[in-house]
Amino acid sequence: MPRPEFQAPPDVFYNESEARKYTTSSRIIEIQSRISERALELLALPNDGVPKLLLDIGCGSGLSGETLTEHGHHWIGYDISKSMLDVALERETEGDLLLADMGQGLGLRPGVIDGAISISAVQWLCNADKSSHDPRARLKAFFGSLYRCLARGARVVLQFYADNVKQSEMIVTFAMRAGFAGGVVVDWPHSSKAKKSYLVLTCGPPSINTSLPKGKGENGEMCSDDDDESSDEDGDRTVGIYERNRAKKKQKTKKNGKGKDWLLKKKEQMRRRGHDVPADTKYTGRKRKSYF
Amino acid sequence: MRLLTHNMLASNVRGATTGYPLKLEASNWCTKEVELNADFIRGLLPKIDWRALVAATRALGLPDLLPDEQPPEEEIFAKGAADVEGSAIRRIHHALLEIHVQQGSLTCPDTNRSFPIDKGIPNMMLHEDEV
Repeated sequence: MPRPEFQAPPDVFYNESEARKYTTSSRIIEIQSRISERALELLALPNDGVPKLLLDIGCGSGLSGETLTEHGHHWIGYDISKSMLDVALERETEGDLLLADMGQGLGLRPGVIDGAISISAVQWLCNADKSSHDPRARLKAFFGSLYRCLARGARVVLQFYADNVKQSEMIVTFAMRAGFAGGVVVDWPHSSKAKKSYLVLTCGPPSINTSLPKGKGENGEMCSDDDDESSDEDGDRTVGIYERNRAKKKQKTKKNGKGKDWLLKKKEQMRRRGHDVPADTKYTGRKRKSYF
Repeated sequence: MRLLTHNMLASNVRGATTGYPLKLEASNWCTKEVELNADFIRGLLPKIDWRALVAATRALGLPDLLPDEQPPEEEIFAKGAADVEGSAIRRIHHALLEIHVQQGSLTCPDTNRSFPIDKGIPNMMLHEDEV
């Protein structure tokens, strides 16, 4: 299955039946809540027991929001899909929901939000689903409005699936241009399935507190289903963007083309299928004169 | 939508200068009890636009819930105030977190663009020519 962002715009793709999966599929629910747990961990909110006001961008059916609620935080969720928000209403999520397009800007007052998470949503901004969509303008509007609405020193964790290195670079570039400091943390970089990229951003100028956390599984540790062991130990912190480099399938062509035998075989094949094929003559598959 | 969110929300229609505060009209709203957390209110209060909050409660037909001027912090966070029925912190908590607007609309003060609220979800989507 190709990734959803290649199939249809988000408001179309997440229709009722797709949204329904987010209440019924235990696999989706488990993956989503595990990613949100990790995002919240990367958000590194002060551990003082005081609830915070957070944003959940692309909240969908509120699965990630539930994790925030479990930790006692209040949240405001943004999503573009009406069906997904209806499912969120059904699940009686605690946060407030807004039907909005993040590419049009978040529309919040400056400096009021304590942090933001986003699970598998930002890559949608790289698509141009309508003729009026310009991914660059939309990324700029999104990161600009996000930067403005956050309190100084607040953190943002955006989990995303980039199609390629270029896309990932584009997202990071626009985040930096908006004024954020930070970078990409990759968990399980050597596993194609478990690999998850998190863009960890800090609002405001870089300081000691803005150092990036370490991705999981970078030292070749295995990805297990219960990956709760922390990877806090100090060491050389490497943050990279990985792309699987699979060798391209080589076409089987010789220097002199495919040969007369191959051609005759193909013609016979087409004849058997009832196509109108020119008769075989002495000219068929003849080698050309070498002019040079 | 709680009034907390209304207090944070601004419109970003093209042509709006601040787009704040959005004028609230509610035909239906309900209350849902939430546990009071004084520390959360303490952190939140400096970020709240008091006048917008008062205007929103009045729009819901609650003229006596909050006073025109924000009470001093010592009064709000006085010891034991959280346990007293009808104290300032209780009222603020109720206004911000317990009132849910179900049906109604939000209107941008600059452009008069109206955003409908349906089943408690404001529709903030803009048309192509409004971005």
